[in-house]
Amino acid sequence: MTQPTPSAATSTVAAVEAGASSMLRRSLQQLLAFAGLIGIFIVFAIASPAVFPTYTNVIQILFSAVVIGLLSLGATLVIITGGIDLSVGTGMALCAVMSATFIVNWHIPVLIGVIMALLFGGLIGLVNGFNVAFLKLPPFIATLAMMMVASGLALVVSDKRPIYFDQGSGYAHLSTGSLIPGVEFPNAIIIYAVAAIVAGVLLNKTLLGRYDLAIGSNVEATALSGVNVRKWMVIIYAVAGLFTGLAGVMISARLGSAQPATGAGYELYAIAAVVIGGTSLSGGRGSMLGTIIGSLIIAVINNGLQIISVPQEWQNVILGVVILLAVFADQFRTRT
Amino acid sequence: MRQFTTKALVLVAATALSLTAACSSSTATPGTSGSAAGGQKYIAIISKGFQHQFWQAVKKGADDEAAKEGVKVTFEGPASESEVEAQLTMLENAIAKKPDAIAFAALDTKAASGALDKIKSQNIPLVAFDSGVDSDAPLTTVATDNIAAAGEAAKHMCQLIGNAGKVGVIVHDQTSRTGIDRRDGFLKGMKDTCPNATVLPVQYGAGDQAKSADIAKSIIQANPDIKGFFGANEGSAVGVVKAVQELNKTGLAVIGFDSGKAQKDAITAGIMSGAVTQDPIGMGAATVKAAVDAINKKSVDKKISSGYYWFDKTNMADPKIAAVLYD
Repeated sequence: MTQPTPSAATSTVAAVEAGASSMLRRSLQQLLAFAGLIGIFIVFAIASPAVFPTYTNVIQILFSAVVIGLLSLGATLVIITGGIDLSVGTGMALCAVMSATFIVNWHIPVLIGVIMALLFGGLIGLVNGFNVAFLKLPPFIATLAMMMVASGLALVVSDKRPIYFDQGSGYAHLSTGSLIPGVEFPNAIIIYAVAAIVAGVLLNKTLLGRYDLAIGSNVEATALSGVNVRKWMVIIYAVAGLFTGLAGVMISARLGSAQPATGAGYELYAIAAVVIGGTSLSGGRGSMLGTIIGSLIIAVINNGLQIISVPQEWQNVILGVVILLAVFADQFRTRT
Repeated sequence: MRQFTTKALVLVAATALSLTAACSSSTATPGTSGSAAGGQKYIAIISKGFQHQFWQAVKKGADDEAAKEGVKVTFEGPASESEVEAQLTMLENAIAKKPDAIAFAALDTKAASGALDKIKSQNIPLVAFDSGVDSDAPLTTVATDNIAAAGEAAKHMCQLIGNAGKVGVIVHDQTSRTGIDRRDGFLKGMKDTCPNATVLPVQYGAGDQAKSADIAKSIIQANPDIKGFFGANEGSAVGVVKAVQELNKTGLAVIGFDSGKAQKDAITAGIMSGAVTQDPIGMGAATVKAAVDAINKKSVDKKISSGYYWFDKTNMADPKIAAVLYD
């Protein structure tokens, strides 16, 4: 019976320790974001105890977080590769218009039309991924161009006017309907929760997530280890596009119509949510849970400031400061 | 071989995206060159864009009048009503085309002053419409008297809430003439006709329906005894309607502005008590007519009021009212 050599033993112990500390660090990242969310919630609850912490208001916060939340799930996947997706805002509007075109103009059944709208979002992502991976365009430029194309196409396809869904078609129920009759719990929140779980599983438990993180940390090493980086980049952008498609469906379900001129600016809130949640813009590491917490932080801040009647001009200032603090805290943590 | 595959893939992707363009109805793109020498007169119209259906109705009025007068018009605008700079660039491009006249609906009353000076120095007749500008460059301003129109809304609000209680207000912006005038007109109207009512601090939703809905929901949550809500343009008002629906709030007097399918449906369903509509078709027609008169060196009034009307369930079907409502 051979004993492990002392050097092997110490290096094994060191490896276990390193693994444990990095796991601790990742948990710390999510813990900090979560603590931030709870802290902000408590501050507002103290400022407005009669209105803010009520069931109705919490439901409202969750509901208002759905669209940007969905966009930020897809954005997380892209940002982890070290890239960025500026097209999610107007892409969402285009997907909403396509959903309406399928369901209202082409009379396709609602569920199939919704799936087609999701796939259309995937198509937009596919083109983005192709431009980044095969044509080697910088992600900023590629998705910026797509942002403009999408915003124009949304107006072209809709002929510049909103497309209204039939009230009886049940489309609006996707957002404001309630699965449990009598209990106030909009379906939009359920759909967001399911999408968030799917996104989390994608990132943490699948090959796509593994390669996503690998490509983001060191794309050459990943390529050299035999991974078809270009193919996986395209897949990552396409999957991110599916979330954009879902966001388009959800916003048009809430409004009861596809508004072709909306969406510009939404991508910045999606990116803000990702950043507040602790994902690094330089790629290589990130967490879906962090993004979800980031989206909730933005929604809580918006709602809370409204309830305590802070003048609107200050709301964006405060949001910007929160983003700065989040990025600073994240950098501080990784430097020490 | 690899280059060929790459190019083939690019072609496929481009075709896929342009197929979506193909499934749209064809939109005629008028030529963008300057006016034909000595031939048909050309008027460049810069509106506020496509965020609200109001502008489609203005375009219809303008197109119909242009056909009647035998002039050519182009109708442009930015994607959303917060894009002040984009609109400015469109205005500058229009000037460069040397049109016979320009019609302009300013997103910001002061931002275009440089371009307006250029228009004046080049002696191109300028007609301002919808929102005026802080300048003497326009020969005339074709607009709704927004202060009076919002005052009308305040008068009806006061009646609906019984001259007491809290009223919320969501306006689209603070930089355009319409935003400023409708806000001030409503506040003044409430102060004059409804002294016992309290108007809550005005909130701004950029005319985005979802954003306005979230804001309205927070205000209603924070003020459960709120009696009325005014949305100062189509997007803001639809947002208020959505908020009421999502909260299942009853007993709230909602008043909107402009029309559009969503507001009309809300009034028919009883969620919205009524709204003040402008006459967008009339505004478009009067704008083109004023431009044509200016081109022909006929005198034009400094201010042309295109009119506003209160409408609710009782008079929506009235032919005079129905003519100014649009989808």
